[in-house]
Amino acid sequence: MTDEPATTASPAARSSRAVILARIREALRVPAPPPHMLDRQLVTAAEPPTASQPDRGSGFPTLSVLPAEAGRPWLPDGGATPEERLALLTDNLEKLRAVVHRCGSADEAGSVVAELARSNSWQRVAFHHDPLIEPLVPQLPCEVVEVDGADGSDKHRLEACDAGISSCELLVAQTGSILVSSRLSGGRGLSILPHVHVVVAHTSQIFGTLGDALEATKARHGGQLPSMLSFITGPSRTGDIERILVLGAHGPKELHVILIG
Amino acid sequence: MNHKRTGAMTTIQHTAASTSHETGKKPPAEAASHRGAAPKRQFLLDAAAHVADTGHRTFVNSALGGYYKSRDAQKARYRDWEHARDAASLAKWTAVNRLDELLEQFTSRFEAHGGTVHWAANAEEARSIILGLVRKADAKAIIKSKCMTSEEIHLNAALEEEGYGVVESDLGEFIQQLRGEPPYHFVFPCMHVRRDEISTLFHDNLGSEPTDSPEELTMIARRHMRQLYVNADVGITGANFLVAETGQISITENEGNARLTAALPKMHIALAGIEKVVANLDDLSVLLPMLATAGAGQPMTCYNTLYSGPRREGECDGPEEMHLVLLDNARTALLADAEQRDALQCIRCGACLNVCPIFKNVGGFTYGTTYQGPIGSVITPHLRGLADWNHLSGASSLCGACSDACPVRIDIHHHLLHNRRNAARTAPNWLEKIGHRLFVVVASRPWLFRIAGWIARHTMGLARRLKPPLVREWLASRDLPSPPAESFRTAWRRRQQAAAGAASSHRSQPRP
Repeated sequence: MTDEPATTASPAARSSRAVILARIREALRVPAPPPHMLDRQLVTAAEPPTASQPDRGSGFPTLSVLPAEAGRPWLPDGGATPEERLALLTDNLEKLRAVVHRCGSADEAGSVVAELARSNSWQRVAFHHDPLIEPLVPQLPCEVVEVDGADGSDKHRLEACDAGISSCELLVAQTGSILVSSRLSGGRGLSILPHVHVVVAHTSQIFGTLGDALEATKARHGGQLPSMLSFITGPSRTGDIERILVLGAHGPKELHVILIG
Repeated sequence: MNHKRTGAMTTIQHTAASTSHETGKKPPAEAASHRGAAPKRQFLLDAAAHVADTGHRTFVNSALGGYYKSRDAQKARYRDWEHARDAASLAKWTAVNRLDELLEQFTSRFEAHGGTVHWAANAEEARSIILGLVRKADAKAIIKSKCMTSEEIHLNAALEEEGYGVVESDLGEFIQQLRGEPPYHFVFPCMHVRRDEISTLFHDNLGSEPTDSPEELTMIARRHMRQLYVNADVGITGANFLVAETGQISITENEGNARLTAALPKMHIALAGIEKVVANLDDLSVLLPMLATAGAGQPMTCYNTLYSGPRREGECDGPEEMHLVLLDNARTALLADAEQRDALQCIRCGACLNVCPIFKNVGGFTYGTTYQGPIGSVITPHLRGLADWNHLSGASSLCGACSDACPVRIDIHHHLLHNRRNAARTAPNWLEKIGHRLFVVVASRPWLFRIAGWIARHTMGLARRLKPPLVREWLASRDLPSPPAESFRTAWRRRQQAAAGAASSHRSQPRP
């Protein structure tokens, strides 16, 4: 074992770690039958290790090295061109009951947000500092609360906000998802605590598939991933009462996506 | 008991809710009404009660109706669902068979981000780790998002015993907490509860006005919960996946309550079974959509969130501490059974419950387990002992709907057969054994078979009337057919003779 737990772990915890890992190793000495799969080619690729090949780590296929199918032509489509991706994203978001606003410019985006604030009588709106958001803030006809100012984020003040405006890491056409992070989208609370979430994004941030999105996020942040990355797919919802869909369970009841470009 | 369920039909038709309510705090009579009895007896009694309760069955089936529709619509968006199942199965199979290596990789990467991993060999150790953390945080209020693993270790009871208040924030779990019941279904915890019951429950506990609208009921819970999120010191969540490559945990939810639970309190504790680990972040690009589609008929669950440690330098909020408790609790016993190891691939989507004819008839409480339905029937004997829980292996029609529905291709219904076989080996039923021996003796001797057949034909009517001890249980819900007038062999011989006679008479007739 090269990776000892951090010093905070008690000696008892360290021994439970050893006990569990020993049980696992003992259990895995008997190889499992190959996975149940329809495609026999994949099964052959995934043969369990034999006694002559005890190195289970390197010999194993993982999902990312499955036969050349970068686009995973079996998952839902992610769109081949930027136009297709934009159309797919818009369609998926609308099916999820998010509201999409197409804007030609940052100015136009500003007036869309200001109109939202006016028509819904927002008293207080939270935002964070981002090149896409800063130009919109002066146009807001209400009190504004910055979450990443010198005083830091105050959860009581954030709770009292009608809406939160954030940027995002990227958008996923395949699923209609918006990826926000604690680093680039104003922390953890901004996109979840206010009753309405407004996302401001540029069309160049649209990716085809979830796989592409995860790959790009890893590349962007390198070894230092944000402490939270969240794929938001539509406004908060629940079906817990008689399996009937209700929007706005605990998170935002409304999700507005402002697409610039 | 039945009078409570007779209202189910009227509720479905959106007419006025029934007026005779029980108080919300009192669990309804049919909820695990035989809790405390030995597992098999409890199962049989509760199953009999639920099967007779047609209102309950109609209600549950109607609630699932929408699920089938949306699941099929979402499955159709996959260009090849079966291939996607292959990929998901392979991803989880690989992870389970590299569990030791991936857990160590995960732990070192997770801790590199500033979180702490705790290993718990059993439920008691997990509870004491979490209690220790809660004490250290000097918690005044604890908010919790849905976590079946915490049900498995009875965490809430342990916290409450120590005087800590803990509130379930998932709407379904919150309703079940107020009702004093365990979840009915591990994905849809209160799918058996009618809206008028929830209205009364909220009226009694939260002082809200009665309402017939699911939306208004949801808003009552929303308003009640908001300050609880803001004021909680500790947030407890589960985890759906642990990503070894990046040291992140992935939490899937629709309501946003897990997001809030992990955002606002100063300490975040996550509890997960060791089998939740996957090798690569990329695996989630297949597993997350499939979990949503198979489990709830969605393209993606509303929030799929990856956490790696507490608030980082430069981030404006988030917890100061993050702890992950990794639980074994007999999962390694299941891992040691190579034949059924694939049951650890389960991503807890609940698809097998939703399609199971047994689940739909006996209901979730009858199982008496944390994990209900077909997958629960497979894994519970491993987690809690085959001797007491083998009867669940019989809670199947072996139709295979569960295996067909499983997004990671667990061979669920065959594993139920494996459990039956294992139980027969380890604790044979002597009566069955003698019966089979006797049958072999009789069936291999035609003269004895003939005599036995004659006796059976002439005593069946009597058995039907007298219901002797050995067949009484069987006859309680079934009818014996009327005995045939003659044996198959006699009938066959007669038929052959008749055919031969007809053929010869046909041949003797001149052709026209």
